[in-house]
Amino acid sequence: MHTFLTRLNTISTFFMTVLAVCTSLCFLSTVTNPYMAKADIVPVKVVVKNLNDYATSSERTDLGIVQFDLKADVQDLFNWNVKQLFLYLTAEYQTENNAVNQVVLWDKIIQRGENTKLDLKNVNMKYYFWDDGKGLRGNENVTLTLSWNVIPNAGTLPRITGMGAKVIKFPSDYTTTRAI
Amino acid sequence: MDIQKMYEDLKKLNKRQKSKSGLAKSLKIEGREIPIVHRVIKVHERENGTAKFLTKGDNNNVDDRGLYAPGQVWLQRGDVVGRVKGFLPFVGIFSVVMNEYLKPKYIVLAGPGVYFLLHRE
Repeated sequence: MHTFLTRLNTISTFFMTVLAVCTSLCFLSTVTNPYMAKADIVPVKVVVKNLNDYATSSERTDLGIVQFDLKADVQDLFNWNVKQLFLYLTAEYQTENNAVNQVVLWDKIIQRGENTKLDLKNVNMKYYFWDDGKGLRGNENVTLTLSWNVIPNAGTLPRITGMGAKVIKFPSDYTTTRAI
Repeated sequence: MDIQKMYEDLKKLNKRQKSKSGLAKSLKIEGREIPIVHRVIKVHERENGTAKFLTKGDNNNVDDRGLYAPGQVWLQRGDVVGRVKGFLPFVGIFSVVMNEYLKPKYIVLAGPGVYFLLHRE
């Protein structure tokens, strides 16, 4: 009984050690990878409305409506240590109320093995583009960027912003037509 | 919740001052004990540094407002417990098994005690 337990102990310790070393090697093998790629964002429609966001406040706030074309090839970002990529399109801008605003408009999960060439046309936003106030009308400097969070098998989860940011301008009048 | 699917795995957490959207974060919601790990999808930050966040689980269709405390619409910096920095696979299985099944817990806690009591050298 002693030798059985001793053997069990040795085997499990060895197993854990090997597992830990393999995990670290897996991580170290891709830690210097820049994970960079280019994305083409073409805005197709950019309008702004002023409505009541009942979820947050009783005041009327600006609602941005952005439709875009997205073209990107993320094939190079995948390697043996990448389980999946979480892509997200962010709109970043400044307003009178807030110095920093970052709103995710659209996201997508691409798992290793799935199609990596994106060529999407007339994509609608997945999430509402509410501003915290009335800072979208006439805003000339709203930057759209495609970024991704690399989810590895082991190691750190870097967030990389792709090349190819696009600045969009919102019109200085609100739209009242049904534009979504 | 793809990020949350990794509840079996240990994540190294690190508390930071700046928060950006797109980041996977560990959050504590008032009234709930267990922090959840979700992604920030909206950030509105004033010049004086106060910020409000909205989060969403990657695999969920809707944002987390349903999970926040009643009446709470945004998260503040104080609600953020940490930021996900890395991913160690399989390390958390031990604690998950301990918490979800009673038998292994008793064996692990009582086993060494019984062994030492009965062991003769």
